[in-house]
Amino acid sequence: MNTTSVMIVGVGGQGSLLASKLLGRLLMDEGYDVKVSEVHGMSQRGGSVVTYVRFGDKVYSPIVTEGEADIIISFEKLEAARYARYLKTDGRMVVNTQQIDPMPVIIGAATYPEGVLEELTAKGVAVEALDALSLAEKAGSSKAVNIVLMGRAARHFAIPYERWIAAIEKTVAPKFVEMNKKAFDLGYHA
Amino acid sequence: MKQLMIGNQAVAAGLYDGGLGLVSSYPGTPSTEITEFLAKYEDIHSEWAPNEKVACEVAFGASLAGARSACAMKHVGLNVAADPLFTLSYTGVNGGMVICVADDPAMHSSQNEQDSRHYAIASKVPMLEPADSAEAYAFAKSAFELSEKYDTPVLLRMCTRIAHSQSVVELGEHIPAVLKDYAKDPAKYIMMPGNAIKRHPVVEARTAALTELAEDCVYNTVEMHSDEVGIITSGCSYLYVKEVLGDSASILKIGMPNPLPVQLIKDFAAKVKKLYVIEELDPIIETHVRALGIDCVGKELFSPLGEFSQQTIAAALGMATRACVTADSPIPNRPPMMCAGCPHRGMFYVLAKKKITVMGDIGCYTLGAVPPLSALDSTLCMGASVSGLHGFNVARGADAEGKSVAVIGDSTFMHSGMTGLVNVAYNATNSTVIILDNSITGMTGHQQNPTTGYNIKGDPAAKVDLEALCHALGINRVRVVDPYDLKACETAVMEELAAEEPSVIISRRPCVLLKSVKHEAPLKVEADKCRSCKRCMGLGCPAISMKDGKAHIDATLCVGCGVCKQLCAFDAIV
Repeated sequence: MNTTSVMIVGVGGQGSLLASKLLGRLLMDEGYDVKVSEVHGMSQRGGSVVTYVRFGDKVYSPIVTEGEADIIISFEKLEAARYARYLKTDGRMVVNTQQIDPMPVIIGAATYPEGVLEELTAKGVAVEALDALSLAEKAGSSKAVNIVLMGRAARHFAIPYERWIAAIEKTVAPKFVEMNKKAFDLGYHA
Repeated sequence: MKQLMIGNQAVAAGLYDGGLGLVSSYPGTPSTEITEFLAKYEDIHSEWAPNEKVACEVAFGASLAGARSACAMKHVGLNVAADPLFTLSYTGVNGGMVICVADDPAMHSSQNEQDSRHYAIASKVPMLEPADSAEAYAFAKSAFELSEKYDTPVLLRMCTRIAHSQSVVELGEHIPAVLKDYAKDPAKYIMMPGNAIKRHPVVEARTAALTELAEDCVYNTVEMHSDEVGIITSGCSYLYVKEVLGDSASILKIGMPNPLPVQLIKDFAAKVKKLYVIEELDPIIETHVRALGIDCVGKELFSPLGEFSQQTIAAALGMATRACVTADSPIPNRPPMMCAGCPHRGMFYVLAKKKITVMGDIGCYTLGAVPPLSALDSTLCMGASVSGLHGFNVARGADAEGKSVAVIGDSTFMHSGMTGLVNVAYNATNSTVIILDNSITGMTGHQQNPTTGYNIKGDPAAKVDLEALCHALGINRVRVVDPYDLKACETAVMEELAAEEPSVIISRRPCVLLKSVKHEAPLKVEADKCRSCKRCMGLGCPAISMKDGKAHIDATLCVGCGVCKQLCAFDAIV
């Protein structure tokens, strides 16, 4: 089957729901069958959050399992490492270099691993790291990290730039459209 | 027009297009969005009820009156609504009635992973189970006809992966809500023994008729691809099976898990050499298949624990799984936690510091159990903190009364804490109950409740006066405290624990995520004053960490609540 699997991972509150909404809407408008699996409820409270987006001629399962993702878009470094095993061996990762300490690290019960992205690269994973937080701030809001990363990831989809912009216009609340378009552009050209 | 929608939105659209007149629900992940989406329709009545039993009974009343009605709840909510459900099975309906119940295998946001199909069987009520949003729409819409034709409430079973997965839906025609005639019918609707005894055979006859329907209906479908392997499956398990096996196996997909067909299963089983039953959670279909004398492979391969996936199905069938890369570094967990500035944190800090036994409840504040606060001793179900505390104190006596409290949120108190508090007063323990009033139903994503002063539409509504309510329930000592004030919290807790009568502390401050809550400027640590004592770290605030040996406050997360500042003995936090 020709289903493409995408994962959007990060920390609860980073805006992965909007990113998956944008991608899902765009893919449907492009004529694909689409499934998007979201996370609601307790896990949203600062926990590790994963959203699956799958598209193709006919998609059955809404979730992605180990060794299956074509691309993982990670809003945070540690989460990239956590979900790396879901990536195809020839898959690709777009990673925000931001570090958000989880509670076990904050209270000293665990340490935040050093050099996880380098480790993944050494194992042959195609890692594209970028400082999405700085780019988001440049676009006008630190909350736009999600759209910056979608912009960077967009280069790996066979969908023209303009269609992404049109999807942003349809998905995002009107007063945030311009800021998000800028964030997308900064990510796309990063 | 094609639309991408989560299963819950599709259920809402299906109920609406099926002619729904009223929905009453209590929020609960993963069911909440059904009612939130229904509330967007202006021409029907929607409401948040104080609990699922009330919601189900409101829907019953509307059905009796002639309207098509619905209620929605999570799996454990159906425990609360089970009382009306079992007798609704006897009364049947006037207007069609649908009870949506969302299970949570793998417990993404729940305290257990019970299988709601048991309720359908036990209450003898038909149940439908969609596998994607398009089916969720179609099944919800058709459920009203089923309900009215067979004179029964209909259960619509969702699970997290269907409820919260978006897939493509094409909406159909809208059937406007109509109000059927209401005529008094005591023999059908007054369930006292003399009447109910005559209704029970009606229920049995209905199950027989529904079993006939199950043999040949749109809900149960057969795909014959192979005479070697046949699979009976349902819901999201069907999706995983298709993902793994495609068209290489024959499939009987069950969209109506109660009542299950007999002949359809016998015929299907007879056409294949090897039969598997693949269903999440309990062996409901499998038990039925075995009772028909048919051999199958089920729970010995497919676990009753948690969720399935294409990977678990492939592995169970002995198929190769995919190669993958793993990071060698140990990856620390990232558990959910209370937000920076969460008003529950201050109170939990005091309770943990004083080593008080804390009977917990269901809500964001269950996260008080997480280190470093580790403040909770128990969490069972909605309302159990208050009633459980009473039992704990009776069993352990005066010593426990001075060292134990219950904590319960405003919405949970409305749901089922009030009755427990009546019991505390009536049966007289010197229990101390803390109502964590954050002015919203938090964990499920900010729903209004009877204490907030607003209804589901955000319009002003009657507001329960918690202080007056607690007094009226028989509690004389009721006091209010601001959880951002640690000293005031400690004084209140210690005084009420010492009191020789039951008491309530209302710890009141709105949820920091509410749009109406204004945030203060972020605080910062003056590194030269910080002695690295880590006292502020004891709060478990996600905004505070140690950087280069000194406390550090993340300005993007800090909302300036000032709780950490009260802990610093060196005035390093400004």
